[in-house]
Amino acid sequence: MSGTVLKAGFIPLVDAAPLIVAKELGFAQEEGLDLELTSAPSWSTLRDMLAFGQIDAAHMLSPVPVASAIGLLRGLPRLNALSVLSTNGTVIGVSQTLAADMAKHGYPFDFNDAARAGAALARQPRPIRIGVPFLLSMHASLISVWLKATGLIEETDFQILAVPPSLMANAMKNGDLDAFCVGEPWGSLAAEKAGSVLILPGTAIWSCAPEKVLAVREDWANTNPAVTGKLMRAVWRAGEWLAQPGNVTMAAEIMATKGELGESADMIDRALFGRMRIDEQGSIRNAPDFMRFSGYDNGFPWQSQAAWIARNLAQRFGLDVATAIKAAHMSFRSDLYRQNLAGLNVDLPLDSAKIEGAFAEDTAVAAVHGQMILAKNHFFDGQIFDPGKIFA
Amino acid sequence: MNTPPPMSANPDTLTIVIVEQDKRRALAIVDSLNVTGDYDIHVLDGERGLARSVADLAPDVVLIDVANPSRDTIEQLALASGPLDRPVALFVDRSDAQMTRTAIEAGVSAYVVDGLQNDRVKPVMDAAIARFQMFQRMRVELETTKRALEERKVIDRAKGLLMKMRGIDEEAAYALLRKTAMDQGKRVPDVARALVTAADLLT
Repeated sequence: MSGTVLKAGFIPLVDAAPLIVAKELGFAQEEGLDLELTSAPSWSTLRDMLAFGQIDAAHMLSPVPVASAIGLLRGLPRLNALSVLSTNGTVIGVSQTLAADMAKHGYPFDFNDAARAGAALARQPRPIRIGVPFLLSMHASLISVWLKATGLIEETDFQILAVPPSLMANAMKNGDLDAFCVGEPWGSLAAEKAGSVLILPGTAIWSCAPEKVLAVREDWANTNPAVTGKLMRAVWRAGEWLAQPGNVTMAAEIMATKGELGESADMIDRALFGRMRIDEQGSIRNAPDFMRFSGYDNGFPWQSQAAWIARNLAQRFGLDVATAIKAAHMSFRSDLYRQNLAGLNVDLPLDSAKIEGAFAEDTAVAAVHGQMILAKNHFFDGQIFDPGKIFA
Repeated sequence: MNTPPPMSANPDTLTIVIVEQDKRRALAIVDSLNVTGDYDIHVLDGERGLARSVADLAPDVVLIDVANPSRDTIEQLALASGPLDRPVALFVDRSDAQMTRTAIEAGVSAYVVDGLQNDRVKPVMDAAIARFQMFQRMRVELETTKRALEERKVIDRAKGLLMKMRGIDEEAAYALLRKTAMDQGKRVPDVARALVTAADLLT
């Protein structure tokens, strides 16, 4: 195959789809890129492969580039987010024991109301041990804002523990964890294999959470502007393809084989359609916007998203919030997104920051050309994050 | 996270934790390390309660296979102990980027307590890297041998099928396989596998 060789890495998860589809369906090739993909066994290894140059781009947890900007990844080069690969996509589940007790107290398992779920969880013996794939993840951020708003204190009332997704079902079964927050298909697998019950999609906590990003080393992006642009366009087209409802079944097949997700094509399908089986008995709940690859402002790396994550990390790891936000907001490269996608039919907002949590419904805002629609952006507790004052 | 290090005869002895499920591999690593110095070495299988076990041992160095997904659990200890706060930071020092790169390429990741002098870490890392390079070589050798054996078996079966169905001898059967492979731009084992699969389906 001809073209510029670009090595990229991913973790076998449904939301690695944009990178995998970009390669398998030829969107990379159309840009003259020969995309070579490698899977990694853990987020820390994928991050190190990127940091030390074994690969030049990666499917990455959105907080990782922010963490590198605010000094949480000492000794590693700065990482940047070129675009948001996917919005939402996590699911929260509890053990059979907890679910039984919650049911006894009349919890309706509506898969929707985070305040009610938090209150039901708060009645459980503490500390509640919650597994997430990695400490620097949207999973951990969502759990921390959710339970803090419920009045629980981290460490004494709840503990966030890093457990590899492939071991999550086992950890639940063994009673090493009381609850988890993980991406698909691992949540569904825990429901099927460990008797866990899914209680909330991540969207119930934040309806518009940047989940995975396309990450590169900052110095690589600066010295390879042409390849950076090709990669961003190929991945954007893959996201558009994934958003067509008619392509979902094929996407699930591609992810099962090329995404190294094995026999879980039906679970991938459920995640892509937002229809979740929440328990062993197969009860179904609809989860609108469960995971989004395209539409609205999906791919745009908002500086306000980086700032929100920076504030969350600073609070959790004891750093100064204002300093962290200042250091982090440019790690989401809205400048490169504008520059490299302007030629495509992409809506670009006029501002590079928005007020996170301020849109109870889909909302029209000023765009570079006319108007565009931003997706509903709402936190379960009504919190609003306005980074504007901090940048000024 | 601030538990004092376990008592040992010599306070200068480094405490090393190896996270490895395979007992034979773990022993091999321990042997390599023991050659280079006197260490207090603990092996954990990494299945349950890993973060707690490691924290309790308060090691100076943790060694774990890059391919082990439990690395993300170890990583938690590096973060939770306050990464910007040198005195209490338990792990993480990537100050020697070259060594880290070599280690990752060899398949081992290491977490080293803050402030530990490089000359004390280096013999440990050198031994670990050499051992993991050997593991990697052995794995490649094993896979190559296994594949060669499987391919030979499938070619033999394909030759047998051709000999029976077309009434030709072994040499002609192999020539036919090779010609077909060349015409189709494929490898002989791939053509043989296709033939065997088709025959299995038809009978």
